[in-house]
Amino acid sequence: MAHTKTPSTFQNPVIRWVDDRLPIFTMISKEYGVFPTPRNFNYLWNFGALALVMLVIMIITGVFLAMQYTPHADLAFDSVDRITRDVNGGWLLRSLHANGSSMFFLVVYIHIFRGMYYGSYKRPRELLWLFGAAIYLLMMATAFLGYTLPWGQMSFWGATVITNFFTALPFVGKAITTWLWGGFAVANPTLNRFFALHYLLPFVIAAVVFLHVWALHVTGSNNPLGIEPKSDKDTLPFHPYYTMKDLFGMSVFLLIYAVIVFYIPDYLGSPDNYVKANPLVTPPSIEPEWYFLPFYAILRSVPSKLLGVILMFGAVVMIFLMPWLDTSKVRSAKFRPWYQWCFWFFAFDSLLLGLVGSQHPEGIWILLGRIGTLYYFGFFLILLPFLGWFERTLPLPASISESVLGGGKLASSAVAAKPMEKA
Amino acid sequence: MSNFRAFLMGGGLALATLTTASAQELPEPAKQDWSFYGAFGTYDQAALQRGFQVYREVCAACHSMSLLAYHDLSGIGYTPDEIKAIAASVSVPDDPDDTGEIKDRPGRPSDRFKAPFPNEKAAAAANNGAVPKDLSLIVRGRKYGPDYIFALLTGFKDPPPGMKMANGMNYNTAFPGNQIAMPPPLSDDRVTYADGTKATLAQEAHDVVTFLSWASDPHLEERHRLGARVIIFLAAFSGVMYGVKRKVWSKVAH
Ligand code: HEC
Ligand code: HEM
Repeated sequence: MAHTKTPSTFQNPVIRWVDDRLPIFTMISKEYGVFPTPRNFNYLWNFGALALVMLVIMIITGVFLAMQYTPHADLAFDSVDRITRDVNGGWLLRSLHANGSSMFFLVVYIHIFRGMYYGSYKRPRELLWLFGAAIYLLMMATAFLGYTLPWGQMSFWGATVITNFFTALPFVGKAITTWLWGGFAVANPTLNRFFALHYLLPFVIAAVVFLHVWALHVTGSNNPLGIEPKSDKDTLPFHPYYTMKDLFGMSVFLLIYAVIVFYIPDYLGSPDNYVKANPLVTPPSIEPEWYFLPFYAILRSVPSKLLGVILMFGAVVMIFLMPWLDTSKVRSAKFRPWYQWCFWFFAFDSLLLGLVGSQHPEGIWILLGRIGTLYYFGFFLILLPFLGWFERTLPLPASISESVLGGGKLASSAVAAKPMEKA
Repeated sequence: MSNFRAFLMGGGLALATLTTASAQELPEPAKQDWSFYGAFGTYDQAALQRGFQVYREVCAACHSMSLLAYHDLSGIGYTPDEIKAIAASVSVPDDPDDTGEIKDRPGRPSDRFKAPFPNEKAAAAANNGAVPKDLSLIVRGRKYGPDYIFALLTGFKDPPPGMKMANGMNYNTAFPGNQIAMPPPLSDDRVTYADGTKATLAQEAHDVVTFLSWASDPHLEERHRLGARVIIFLAAFSGVMYGVKRKVWSKVAH
């Protein structure tokens, strides 16, 4: 391959000088240049790179917002209004950040479901999966904290409802909640610490992302067939094949993001958050952002507050446990006819729970919420372990190249291959 | 793969219904024609100035707009001299002078819109116990935005027979619960427009809602203009990158 180089062969003397002392260019070339990558990715493999793009956008816009934002209960709402009204480009920063949070979750949800469908959590990628789940958990904390910062009605009441759940914990509940609030209700001390933590956590996320990518580069990527590459014929160098594909995907993604940011900036938000927080007036319905709705539905699916809280946290724990709950040796759902059904039903179930979470818990919605919660846990705790034992999986292809190139008609090497059928 | 596409599309659809279906006990107000709706929407300058006149002559007696300063009015086409005159028509407490005394002075363009009441208690006391809301962000702060405010301002009717109204409350078809402490603020010829437009109730309501929409979202036109450029750029860039990607991949089977 044209890009294979040892440190001293960099042409540019400055690069060579640096690389001899700190082989960072060698590393970049190894990990992002020649890095052997399965040749059969579909577009779902774009979403990891997209998540990284979103993290970077969130940190940049967030740091600039923080320069104008005042974390004080009396001033926060007005300071956010100043940002959108008076600060040059402030309306754009805020729209990018507030809608960026939604786009970030959208991307990460697709990324997680991709992993679930193709079995990316299985040996040897368990640790990689755990880092991913940790990122997701940190994202939820970050977004929840961030949503309180504009100090609108939904900020205040959302924070009140969610932190109140900690009071359900036996014995220590009250003490923990008071400690979280820094007082006896959500108030100025709460806002101060939420801002400090909201500033901190994205950098913790960045650190875990580093570990996530590191682990990825040890095991290599999974692929739609779920079988490991066996020879050079199964892989392509990351650059230019996947750099160009990722750039194309990123551009389309940014296009969709831009439509929301510029044309429907309030569509995903609640109008109540344009009303200043008022501890004396409860809004007609308190509803979290869309990306929390399935968990909100699970929380409210049982009449007991404590059990609800346990189920909600349990729902996230399930994701962490996936590598050990799934007993099947076959990764990709392509070769698992039963799992495929269960998976699609799980995807549908997640959307259903999201819908339930947006409704008042009454009538049919209570029942649907319970059925949805039951299937959610049933999928992880019953279907995943048992399917592995009696599901008849389909035969796996001998190699990626055999499956891609069809039969044994193999080209001599990946790069030298002749033009054949196109995407 | 088609499976997955169906999933994504289904997800998008579900999301769309999910956000619109969220619970709120409000009858959906009738849709009005707003010049600022749509991807190329802009504010109608004449309507903005008429709307400001309605706010200033009617609503400002009860409602503050404390997030706006007088110089913001340049955004609806007033000249610096006009803004100076508008600001100077109110008097506000000055900074303490050298002897520590606080005197009143005429308003300046950098002052925020003067509030009609010194505090919420005074506002509530003068309005049957209800505080007239600050209108700076009212359009963004209500579901259905401008349509709702329009329906509210034109929705004062006689209460249906048999409905018991609380003391001093007014029947309104758009307000949740139908009883509002605000007396009907607008009626035909409530104002006399400087530009000669006939001041019907609907016209006044439409104008003031246009003004309030601008106050809630003063950068809408800039947002639409910049958005168009960004989207054209990204569409072109996507096209180029798609070509590059195909070119690169045409050399290998996949
Ligand atoms: C006589 C005083 C008075 C005047 C004049 C007045 N309002 Fe009000 N307005 C009130 C009061 C009081 C409320 C609070 C009503 C309640 O909560 O029951 C209110 C509430 C409102 C609301 C909030 C409704 C909601 O959904 O909470 C809007 C919007 C509004 N007024 C718009 C206007 C506009 C526009 C004008 C000028 C055309 C105007 N008002 C003139 C007293 C007034
Ligand atoms: C993981 C990345 C991040 C996520 C998911 C996130 C999420 C959010 C959310 C949901 C809001 C509320 C937006 C609104 O409704 O107005 C918010 C606000 C805010 N965030 Fe972040 N954020 C992230 C990173 C950061 C960083 C790194 C900073 C600062 C260094 C930051 C600073 C702020 C500030 C100042 C606000 C208040 C201004 C506003 O509400 O628009 N954010 N964030």
